[in-house]
Amino acid sequence: MRKLLRFLKPYSKEAALGPLFKMLEALFELFIPLVVADIVDVGIKNGDSHYILKRCAIMVALGVIGLVCSITAQYFSAKAAVGMATGMRGALFAHIGRLSYAQTDRLGTATLLSRTTSDVNQIQNTVNLVLRLFLRSPFIVFGAMIMAFTVSPKAAMTFVVTIPALSVVIFGIMIISIPLFRRVQSKLDRVLGLTRENLKGARVVRAFVREQESIEEFSAANSELTRLQRFTGRFSALLNPLTYVIINFSILAIVYLGGVQVELGHLETGDVIALYNYMSQILVELIKLANFIILITKSCASAARVNEIFDTPSGMTKSDFYTEEESQESIGSVEFRNVSLSYHKESDPSLSDISFYAPAGATVGIIGGTGSGKSSLVNLIPRFYDVTDGAVLVNGHDVRSYSNPDKLREQIGIVPQKAELFAGTVRENLLWGNATATEEEINEALRDAQALDFVAQMEGGLDAVIEQGGRNLSGGQRQRLTIARALVRRPKILILDDSASALDFATDAALRRALANLSYRPTIFIVSQRTASIKNADAILVLEDGRIMNQGTHAELLERCPVYREIHEAQFKSTEVTTA
Amino acid sequence: MSKQKARAPRGTLKRVFSYLKGYRFFLIFSLFLALVSVISALYLPVLIGNAIDCIVGKNDVKFDTISQIFLQAGIIILVTALAQWLMNVCNNKMTFGIVRNIRNDAFRHLQKVPLSYLDTHKTGDIVSRLIADTDQFSDGLLLGFTQLFSGVLTIIGTLIFMLWIHPGITLVVVLVTPLSLFVAAFIAKRTHKMFQLQAEIRGKQTALMEEAIGSHKVVVAFSQEDELLEKFNDINCKLQKASLQATFFSSITNPSTRFVNSLVYTGVALTGALTVMSTGGASLSIGALSTFLAYANQYTKPFNEISGVVTELQGALACAARIFEVLDSDVEISDAKCKNHLSNARGAVTFQNVNFSYVPDHPLIQNMNLTVAPGQRIAIVGPTGCGKTTVINLLMRFYDVSSGAILIDGVNIQDIPRKELRSSLGMVLQETWLRAGTIRENIAFGKPDATDEEIIAAAKAAHAHSFIKRLPHGYETVIGEDGGALSQGQKQLLCITRLMLSPPPMLILDEATSSIDTRTEQKIQKAFATLMQGRTTFVVAHRLSTIRESDLILVMKDGNVIEQGDHESLLLQQGFYAKLYHSQFEESQGGTP
Repeated sequence: MRKLLRFLKPYSKEAALGPLFKMLEALFELFIPLVVADIVDVGIKNGDSHYILKRCAIMVALGVIGLVCSITAQYFSAKAAVGMATGMRGALFAHIGRLSYAQTDRLGTATLLSRTTSDVNQIQNTVNLVLRLFLRSPFIVFGAMIMAFTVSPKAAMTFVVTIPALSVVIFGIMIISIPLFRRVQSKLDRVLGLTRENLKGARVVRAFVREQESIEEFSAANSELTRLQRFTGRFSALLNPLTYVIINFSILAIVYLGGVQVELGHLETGDVIALYNYMSQILVELIKLANFIILITKSCASAARVNEIFDTPSGMTKSDFYTEEESQESIGSVEFRNVSLSYHKESDPSLSDISFYAPAGATVGIIGGTGSGKSSLVNLIPRFYDVTDGAVLVNGHDVRSYSNPDKLREQIGIVPQKAELFAGTVRENLLWGNATATEEEINEALRDAQALDFVAQMEGGLDAVIEQGGRNLSGGQRQRLTIARALVRRPKILILDDSASALDFATDAALRRALANLSYRPTIFIVSQRTASIKNADAILVLEDGRIMNQGTHAELLERCPVYREIHEAQFKSTEVTTA
Repeated sequence: MSKQKARAPRGTLKRVFSYLKGYRFFLIFSLFLALVSVISALYLPVLIGNAIDCIVGKNDVKFDTISQIFLQAGIIILVTALAQWLMNVCNNKMTFGIVRNIRNDAFRHLQKVPLSYLDTHKTGDIVSRLIADTDQFSDGLLLGFTQLFSGVLTIIGTLIFMLWIHPGITLVVVLVTPLSLFVAAFIAKRTHKMFQLQAEIRGKQTALMEEAIGSHKVVVAFSQEDELLEKFNDINCKLQKASLQATFFSSITNPSTRFVNSLVYTGVALTGALTVMSTGGASLSIGALSTFLAYANQYTKPFNEISGVVTELQGALACAARIFEVLDSDVEISDAKCKNHLSNARGAVTFQNVNFSYVPDHPLIQNMNLTVAPGQRIAIVGPTGCGKTTVINLLMRFYDVSSGAILIDGVNIQDIPRKELRSSLGMVLQETWLRAGTIRENIAFGKPDATDEEIIAAAKAAHAHSFIKRLPHGYETVIGEDGGALSQGQKQLLCITRLMLSPPPMLILDEATSSIDTRTEQKIQKAFATLMQGRTTFVVAHRLSTIRESDLILVMKDGNVIEQGDHESLLLQQGFYAKLYHSQFEESQGGTP
């Protein structure tokens, strides 16, 4: 929780003023019993109705001042709490944006979402309450205690026993319930995960007729959550009754001890009533405080979970290779020098000892089996990951020499395997590639990506609406738009990571022709499963188990690389037979 | 329409109560406990007052009586505490039970909504309704149960005790307090809309986050972190404003009602003091006045709590309304009445004048006719976006035809229970979907009682066994959401294995092997060939070999089947198919030495 307090800093004025006004209000509240005592002791005793009226007017005035103070306090604390939560959400979102792909994979979208939403809300509510109550309650408790001691130190000794007993109860319950609340939250996470997963896979679930089983699984997880919530609830509900018992027995003790003092002639009856009143006042505040501690424990769990995200270091380390990026002319050459890559320290390397040089404007084909490291290799060029060993050079400079990876990435157009689009219009999605692209440039990119026709047919054309995840488009349409998105920026380096898989063969062929004739001649990397897609490449890398098994042109590889030949023949035969 | 519903909390309240029905016993018991704890809590001050009356002055303190009174007081304290705790336990049981039931209902409902609902509503939004809203709802409800009963009872109890002491001054209290209720109701009414706005913006924000986090890599590739952050901050700012409004204005309730309370307190002090003076303590003693003052405090305190609870409940109801909105969406037409069965489909498929559109006035499939004999293989080819996926949606009844009919073995599929229809159709979609869980669980998805031997056999047949074996824990390896660290090809292999485990009589393959490398693909093609034997299969195909070996090729364009026939006859037609075919053929021929 403490770590998160930095988000309260911009609102430190509000955060200080809130409790301050709340304390002021409490102070006026402490005056009221004194005024009442005056009415009884002076007004009634002397039969002075004028005096009583005056005192009552004072009470109303105190009430008005209290109201003003209180509303002011509410405003400041609401502003501070809401502001803090807003800042926290913004920072969380920004931080998540900086996490590496591997890290978001590990944490999972569901977790990240629930932490940015419900956990932050929980913290917001608590902070709001803390600011309003945390100073006020102890202030009244101590104020009342001091008053009690001034009345009768001996009778007030009861407090010395009561307060530690209360602390034991409150802290004991707190210590046990924090982990419980944490477990409740993780169970809630599980329910959330199941829901999300089910919705995303609705087609598969229904195709396999697993609705009933999904419901059962969900019910089971849901029931488990409920069970734990109830258990935690039963336990934390002990707090109120226990404090009630302790405080009321203390009242009995105080009355009894007060009675002894009266018997001895040290105290008056009225003083005993006063002591009793102070104890009651403490009771009210402590019950508030206890409820409030339950909330805090809940929020501490939330805070810990939010912190966990903040504590996940952002994926990219600051560069040790920094040079002046301005001097780096963008030409588009790519070189790998003895590159190795391991995603985790323990696991086997995904790439080992990769070396090749691609001059500007060359086309490089990359082929290999599932898990051979094709995607890993191209992901190193825009520096999505940092190499474990060796170096990747773009334009002759180590990619880590860019102090800002964006400077590197803006020269590169990448089309990922999974075609992902974003809610918005077609145009908005394409402008991701180049925010300043003209209509003409956009259309050119669409034409090259073989997407011009279907975009023109969409209602609104470039301004047609794309739903979240591109749901309203077919897989092939999405892929072509992602290709267009990469082309809009006229990249120096174009990376196609098996990104034409959903295209029918005619479109695929037309696309390849268009790419070969791009006016700005980028260096092109084509990751593919099919020799047909890459056979015109200047160089082809055949990958297996993270190593370059062979490299050369199509003709060379057919001659000397049996694996490549096998792949090619498997595909070629099927076309050959049909033409016969 | 949705907004109207959310603005009508009265209907919402009714529905919440209907969920309460199953907990009638706990509700009554909780009410009873609230009564016990309130009465005993109210009686305690009387006892203590009596004890104080025993303390008269020096050498005049009746310790005997005090001890007796304290014995009673001790019992009362323990009873109060116990009743309080048990009441909380009951309330816990009710609240979390209701929320569980609502969640279950909502989830069950989501299994029945037509896919068009899921296709048109953002996942993040539905999830936030099901999780965050129910959570906030349970918080509000719990607070409501715990404080509303005892609050109301305390008010009634105190009123009785006060009337007992002095009816005249009680009148003052009764006359002024409604002001507090009025203030609370006024504020609650105003803030309800603010809470609703806050929930709405929050939903939007969640949807944006889901998109940004879910497609993180693309965001990074195009350096869009800043732009998205800007968008996010924009919504975040709006949320801040809405949140501040809702939070602040709802929090005014408490100080305002407290102010009214202090007016009540002053009124009691004034009239009380004057009464004591005018009657010389005959109708009201000074001790009784102080008890009265204590009660006046106690009487007004629950009003604070209740008004706080009311605001909280407003928020909870807004959340409930959003959940009920999900529950109110239409479900697929029930097929319980379907009498036809499809236990062992032969696999004859007929499309009769099928028309379909996703959006009214935008016809997609028009007058499609098709006859497929059992065991045939049908390749669907055509430019992307031509309606291939739609045909699958219709076959699986993810969507229903607008007009016309699809028959399987001569029976209209709308007359077959969906479950039986879908069980007879095996499907591998272009987009892989895997669950968080072990590899084994994922493979056994369609057949949870499969033995290890069956699972391994299926994996071997789908050529997934070798890569699974190499994973850290083999078949017990836990994969994350959406397949986590597996490659696209590996995910696809798992999806195929899933189908291999219990192959149904008809198959639908949607570009399923597109991301698998050629060597593996060859093997899978062989495995599929065995699988497809005797099974009607629809393939959304890209491979020439697949197309060539099909019994029937459907060439689709703009939602229509423009040509159909086998490979040879289609080539002879010299039509669209021939053009498609040649463009590919020339391309692959061009580079071959």
